[in-house]
Amino acid sequence: MSTGAAAAPDLEVSAVTKRFAAHVAVNEVSFSVARGSFFSILGPSGCGKTTLLRMIAGFIQPDGGGIAIGGRDMRNVPPNKRPVNMVFQHLALFPMMSVGENVAFGLARRGVGRAERTRRAEAMLERVGLAGAASKRTDELSGGQRQRVAIARSLVLEPTLLLLDEPLGALDLKLREHMKVELKQLQSAFGTTFVYITHDQSEALVLSDRVGVMNHGRFEQLGSPQELYYSPATSFVAGFVGANNRLTGTVLAQDGALVEFDAGGGLHLRVRANAAFTRGAAVDAFIRPEAMTLARTPAELPPGQSALSGEVTDMLFDGANSVVLLREAHSRRELRIALPQTGAFADLRAGARICFGFDPGRAICFPGTHG
Amino acid sequence: MAETAAGALWYRRLVLALLLAPALLWLLALIVLPHFDLALLSFRARVAPREYVASLAQYRSFFGEPLYWHVFVRTALLSAFATALTLLVAFPIAWIIAKLARGRMSALLFVVCLIPFWVSETVRTLGWMILLRESGVLPALLVHLGITAQPVELLYHDATILVGLVYTSLLFMVVPLVGSLESLDNSLIEAAYDLGGKGWPILRTIVIPHAAPGITAGCIVVFMLTLGNYLTPTLLGGKNSLWFTEQIYAQFITRFNWEQGAAFGFLLLALSTAMVWLGLKASGQRFSDVMRRV
Repeated sequence: MSTGAAAAPDLEVSAVTKRFAAHVAVNEVSFSVARGSFFSILGPSGCGKTTLLRMIAGFIQPDGGGIAIGGRDMRNVPPNKRPVNMVFQHLALFPMMSVGENVAFGLARRGVGRAERTRRAEAMLERVGLAGAASKRTDELSGGQRQRVAIARSLVLEPTLLLLDEPLGALDLKLREHMKVELKQLQSAFGTTFVYITHDQSEALVLSDRVGVMNHGRFEQLGSPQELYYSPATSFVAGFVGANNRLTGTVLAQDGALVEFDAGGGLHLRVRANAAFTRGAAVDAFIRPEAMTLARTPAELPPGQSALSGEVTDMLFDGANSVVLLREAHSRRELRIALPQTGAFADLRAGARICFGFDPGRAICFPGTHG
Repeated sequence: MAETAAGALWYRRLVLALLLAPALLWLLALIVLPHFDLALLSFRARVAPREYVASLAQYRSFFGEPLYWHVFVRTALLSAFATALTLLVAFPIAWIIAKLARGRMSALLFVVCLIPFWVSETVRTLGWMILLRESGVLPALLVHLGITAQPVELLYHDATILVGLVYTSLLFMVVPLVGSLESLDNSLIEAAYDLGGKGWPILRTIVIPHAAPGITAGCIVVFMLTLGNYLTPTLLGGKNSLWFTEQIYAQFITRFNWEQGAAFGFLLLALSTAMVWLGLKASGQRFSDVMRRV
């Protein structure tokens, strides 16, 4: 593994496959998760990530391949015998029990005595910041507190692996931002290996040490959040992780690491390439909104950037994430460009003409998927 | 302005009263009035032809005559036993309908439970008699298989009465159970399993507490139906059935002792009320929650 962890991986998934009738939900997926790390599986709904997680938890048996947890092969091991616990999408707290009984549930199933499990449940609740909540009913807690109970209920069993099935999905935006930070802190405080699935790329980027981007049952790329963001391996990853401008065109020439292509209407762009292209081949190029620079005149652009121009179609104000939408003059393609934090272009209005440029090294292209 | 608001309120109340009127009339004419009359009947005794005095003689004779209260206790115990059996039989059926069967299969299973109710109770019970009587289908089969040398009489046993009662009551237990099991989130069961639970602990700690209102509702309905059942114990149990409803029938129809019959009726009402109250207390359920499940 590129993480270079000395310890054996806590989770080793090798060539796991699952079919539902003719549909291949998970297709020969392999990865391993280092001890104590936060691993996310990121993908759109229906990409097979839930199936993959449920195979790790043991609720579904794979058709092929193997899963080893803590170095032990998990074939034919039922969920209640695996050193794995799961935080469910809607948390699945037991409404018929108090918070303390929820946390003590797994200990009771292991035959831990009443006094001992009450003590351990209360100690665990204290660690997640819910001291004194043991006698409360689960519906008396806020969404964030409920999530902490769900995590405490799993971690009290000291699992090798904690699986989280989009636990933030049901929360409102403000709480979700807060819980993201809290999850990260809980994970580093406990040091338990987390495997987290989500369709929200921002959650995956913020929380994870490593991320597997999944699409159509396969891993498109496996890497750190920075690798996914700055060096996407496929056009799907470039489009799915973070905001991006996608431009399609045909290759004109390749000069080492740079490809020049025609984006239509005589617009010629130069971008970084990760493969060899032949002249006339279809190409998908991606330029991040923040990789582009706005300028009033071509002379103001940084040296080496070719000047492009366009007409502002809209200003989307969103604090530090404000962007301007503009239509490029030649190709008539719509582009999204981040507004600088200085507020220099805050006075732009729809219809204004503006120059812009970008560093070819910060744009990337892939063999085209279009015709 | 205030006048129109008051008028609208008055109008709404009138509509409500009119909508409720048929049900209230029904309740008054067919349940409250007859019971009132029966209560009066039960508290008097005949001293001479057409001459009555207020008296507790009817209730005194119930406690004085061992046969009466033996039958009473026997009916209560057998009804409770039949209710428990019905719950045991209905729970797996309800589980399959609510949790395992999908879509059309689930509806089909429900219909299968409903089919016996398309024929009248009399015909259904006579069907059992055809199967179980000495010259019937099942004894003949037992002889044919060499299990018994002679055809045996399978009718007129307590077990036969129980079989008939469970069969008649099944649907009334399955319906509230399916309702309460369907509302149980599957992820709760998965979470319990994931946290190390196995079949019985999950059933005891998750499924039964969740389904408790449905279980209690089903038990109340089945217990009341069983306690007040007349046809099934009489036909399947014959003279040995000793069911309390038969005592009431005998007092009213055979003995023409309406006073005694009315007193028996009220004792049965008191019994079922007491048992329901005890059941609610024992299961920690509230009547209003339970009745929403029926």
